[in-house]
Amino acid sequence: MKLTGAQIFFESLKAEGVEVIFGLPGGAVIDIYDEMPKHNIRHILVRHEQGATHMADGYARATGKVGVCLVTSGPGATNTVTGIATAYCDSIPIVVFTGQVPTPLIGNDAFQEADIVGITRPCTKHNYLVKDVRDLARIIREAFFLARSGRPGPILVDLPKDVIASKAEFKYPKNISMKGYKPTTEAHMGQIKRAYATIAKSKRPVIYAGGGVILSSAAKELKELGERLKCPVTTTLMGLGGFPAPHELWLGMLGMHGTFRANMAVASADMLISIGARFDDRVTGKLDEFAPSAKIIHIDIDPTSISKNVRVDIPIVGDCKDALKKLLQLVKENPLEDLEKQRQPWLDQIQKWKETYPLAYEQKNDLIKPQYVVEMLYKLCKDKNPIISTEVGQNQMWAAQYYHYSEPRTLLTSGGLGTMGYGMPAAIGAQAGFPERLVIDIAGDGSIQMCIQELTTAVENNLPVKVAILNNQYLGMVRQWQQLFYERQYCATCLKMAPDFVKLAEAYGAVGLRATKPNEVEKVILEAIATPRPVLMDFVVNPEECVYPMVPAGAATTQMILV
Amino acid sequence: MRHTLGVLVENQPGVLSRVAGLFSGRGFNIESLTVAQTLDPLVSHITLVTTGDETIMEQIVKQLNKLVNVIKVIDFREVKFVDREMALIKVKAEAHTRAEVLRIVDIFRGKVVDVSPNFLTVEVTGDEGKIQAILDLLAQLGIVEVVRTGRVAIARSKKNNKKK
Ligand SMILES: Cc1ncc(C[n+]2csc(CCOP(=O)(O)OP(=O)(O)O)c2C)c(N)n1
Ligand SMILES: [Mg+2]
Repeated sequence: MKLTGAQIFFESLKAEGVEVIFGLPGGAVIDIYDEMPKHNIRHILVRHEQGATHMADGYARATGKVGVCLVTSGPGATNTVTGIATAYCDSIPIVVFTGQVPTPLIGNDAFQEADIVGITRPCTKHNYLVKDVRDLARIIREAFFLARSGRPGPILVDLPKDVIASKAEFKYPKNISMKGYKPTTEAHMGQIKRAYATIAKSKRPVIYAGGGVILSSAAKELKELGERLKCPVTTTLMGLGGFPAPHELWLGMLGMHGTFRANMAVASADMLISIGARFDDRVTGKLDEFAPSAKIIHIDIDPTSISKNVRVDIPIVGDCKDALKKLLQLVKENPLEDLEKQRQPWLDQIQKWKETYPLAYEQKNDLIKPQYVVEMLYKLCKDKNPIISTEVGQNQMWAAQYYHYSEPRTLLTSGGLGTMGYGMPAAIGAQAGFPERLVIDIAGDGSIQMCIQELTTAVENNLPVKVAILNNQYLGMVRQWQQLFYERQYCATCLKMAPDFVKLAEAYGAVGLRATKPNEVEKVILEAIATPRPVLMDFVVNPEECVYPMVPAGAATTQMILV
Repeated sequence: MRHTLGVLVENQPGVLSRVAGLFSGRGFNIESLTVAQTLDPLVSHITLVTTGDETIMEQIVKQLNKLVNVIKVIDFREVKFVDREMALIKVKAEAHTRAEVLRIVDIFRGKVVDVSPNFLTVEVTGDEGKIQAILDLLAQLGIVEVVRTGRVAIARSKKNNKKK
């Protein structure tokens, strides 16, 4: 029996185990929407397509499954670009289905036509224009496979209206043959042996882990490796949660707003074991002075990440989990001798750094400090094992510094692209994946306004996310740069003209709460987490607070501004 | 340094723009690029000439390999290869220079492919040095237009030279 393209679409999604689609209809995809009620698949209607992509992304980061979006052609498709680029930079598996004008009209500047395949070519892992309904099932199969395998990433599938309407025999392909796609997942044993021989000789090793550890579910192996080598561990923003923050070997995050001890440890290390991280400029600072005396081992599934920015002594291409398992096996078979004694001077040195410059702020009793809000969130919520998302700016950095992540997939943040507006839709996506868990977006007053419309989506779909706005009445991170490097000329960063967030929440059908004094913070948080509905918390905080430490852009990471 | 790469790609729409987009998006150079179908109609071969130091070349090769439609990258830094380029040269050939033009073309084993009272169009094939040499000579007689294919390259087959 022949099925229409729309039917094939749903049968294929079912075969992939898709539970939820984030989307918004239009003329080009109306046939798919018409078919939708016949299928048992949840659709969450967004209010802007950017929201749909961030929701799919947040869902993917929190659950580890592939997130799915469905939008119309033209403006619907172009609205997804920021979300796709966000997922691309952080290697998040999502599949975005866009409508397209009928094939005979493609290229004719038809109504609501956009060359979305051309537009998204550089920000997708791969993309497709389906020209024949007989290719549809295979392409969907490939799209999901590509999204989640190798180095994961977003895939876009463009669906012309006539293709959706025409019919073909449906058989979901079991096997995939793509001549040009064979990611190396198995780490080379020879390289692992070389790596361990070098590690064995080192006196001051540091493990520097990134998002790859979370994507490959290698947190358990990472912890074991750290412990067996007695090796201190730092992670990037993307790696937070990949190593338990309360651990004695934990250094905190490294890089531009990393801890003093993490940056000093990397700068003094004689061995850097990089696992699923890519030596981003926010991590390395000035390249020549990054880990200058360290031999570098780099484990990564993507060969292009290796020796791109920093010369690597021992490259290991493969899945982090596979590589770590093999390395652990070696460590177990040939444990290092006299490890305690060997390592003690190094661990003592790190302890000294920790005591000299711990992360610190002072909460007096007038204005609320944003760091205090984050600390209170941690204190009051940690037992509930919540998922935290963030917006971008100071709020994101305080969420990284003052909230402590013990498990992978508990922090959702736009690391690579730094997309303001990401946090709330991502929280909604995560909540769709985990209806029972506490999901909190730590937000800024600027960022939250970039996708605020999705509050309706949360209310309508009973996704009771909590948003904690650190309301400093500024585009705070930009203002901080102006304060420190541009002689306090606060050009275009003041957000005094702002909506009343409490009333705004209420207008959207959510709950609005506000704290203006330190002693109100706890009460607001407790009330929010006790409310089974979406809540917007407006924390009016000290406007001119800065994120420290800070490494000025382009400086060596030891050149931290500490106050 | 200039380097030649062979890239086998799936013969699909958009593949060329993926390759070209990779170079423009990452700031790599393309000096020349030629594409055509291979024996297998589902596969095309691109010969690409690019410049870059060791690190850049490593990135280019890795990035090309990462494209889903790229089946294989042949790095001609690692294999012996033969390369050729073809040029079509429209040159002035009036009564008093015609013989000279023909003599040069003959020396370079070129072919005249179009004739008119005042111009000859010649076809020459060779490596870059040879093409440059004939262009230099003909330039003195007056070249009107040149169209070059850019380099195509193929790996040399293994020669079994071991004496029995
Ligand atoms: C979409 C987008 N536009 C602009 C920027 C540049 N930018 C980075 S941080 C920031 C300020 C964010 O302000 P807010 O959300 O209030 O956060 P704060 O830093 O005050 O905590 C801006 C404008 C960005 N990251 N993303
Ligand atoms: Mg702000």
